[in-house]
Amino acid sequence: MSKPSFVYVTYIRATPEKVWQALTEPATMKKYWFGAFAETDWKPGSPWALKFDDGRVADAGEILEADPPKRLVIRWRNEWKPEIKAEGWSRCTMTIELHQGVAQLTVRHELEGEGTKFIEAVSGGWPRILSNLKSLLETGSVTYETKA
Amino acid sequence: MVDVSTFKPNTVYVIYIAAAPERVWQGLTDPAFTRQYFGGLAVEVEPRAGGSFRMLTPDGRSHISGEVVEWSPPRRFSCTWVVEGMPGFAALPACLVTYDIEQAGGAARLTMTESHSWEIPDAILSGGRQGWPAMLSSLKSLLESGNPLSIKMEPPREMLEALKALKK
Repeated sequence: MSKPSFVYVTYIRATPEKVWQALTEPATMKKYWFGAFAETDWKPGSPWALKFDDGRVADAGEILEADPPKRLVIRWRNEWKPEIKAEGWSRCTMTIELHQGVAQLTVRHELEGEGTKFIEAVSGGWPRILSNLKSLLETGSVTYETKA
Repeated sequence: MVDVSTFKPNTVYVIYIAAAPERVWQGLTDPAFTRQYFGGLAVEVEPRAGGSFRMLTPDGRSHISGEVVEWSPPRRFSCTWVVEGMPGFAALPACLVTYDIEQAGGAARLTMTESHSWEIPDAILSGGRQGWPAMLSSLKSLLESGNPLSIKMEPPREMLEALKALKK
């Protein structure tokens, strides 16, 4: 059996460098991630935290791989919902490839152990966040600013 | 009318689009739109349950054909789907493609669900799993910026091999 996972692919009219920048720059993240942003130096082995706009830690973990502008792997655990945190560690792999002049961004989120809640949560979250990111890079505005 | 009660969802893709549900509906059902983001194909649909559904090539040949299962503008459009225009594909059982459009904040949430009546191998599902994100990303770009993405898709090799294996 394969591990519980979620995969989302989106195509963005932007260079891989622009997509990488949007994925790693806190000020840009806040615009499409509903105010959330990352705190890390993006070096393999460094701690990583995703914080809400009020500074609470949403998720935390470690940078496993960072190969700009192509590949980013984060060891990732939810920190604010006990029932999701209880499912333990996940691995999030983001890959950016240039595909006929368009950036193809793939986010693969895989749980290390068993469970359904973590994957359910990210399955709802990634399409919102990445739809917003695509709009921001292509049009300068996000799809919508608050979670619906 | 075709009975789809036994079809099971195998591929789901959700995308949020900064547009009214009516605009997303138009994007899915108006040939002037589909030509721009769906591999050049023009949708031709009889707007009622039981009506015919086709996607036509620029020279007018039927590339995809099926039957409308639900026509509820601007919320749900569902139809069966047989790819006629590619060798090996026409022999597959029809799949069911359902588009659900919901208001989500100031945007529209579009959910595409591809369902099947048989135990379809992952290798054959790979075609849709590769194609839908490209098509629907392009639809989003078209509706938000006026410009579709030009991404040309070929069926994945694993899918072509699985189709060959089915024929034996």
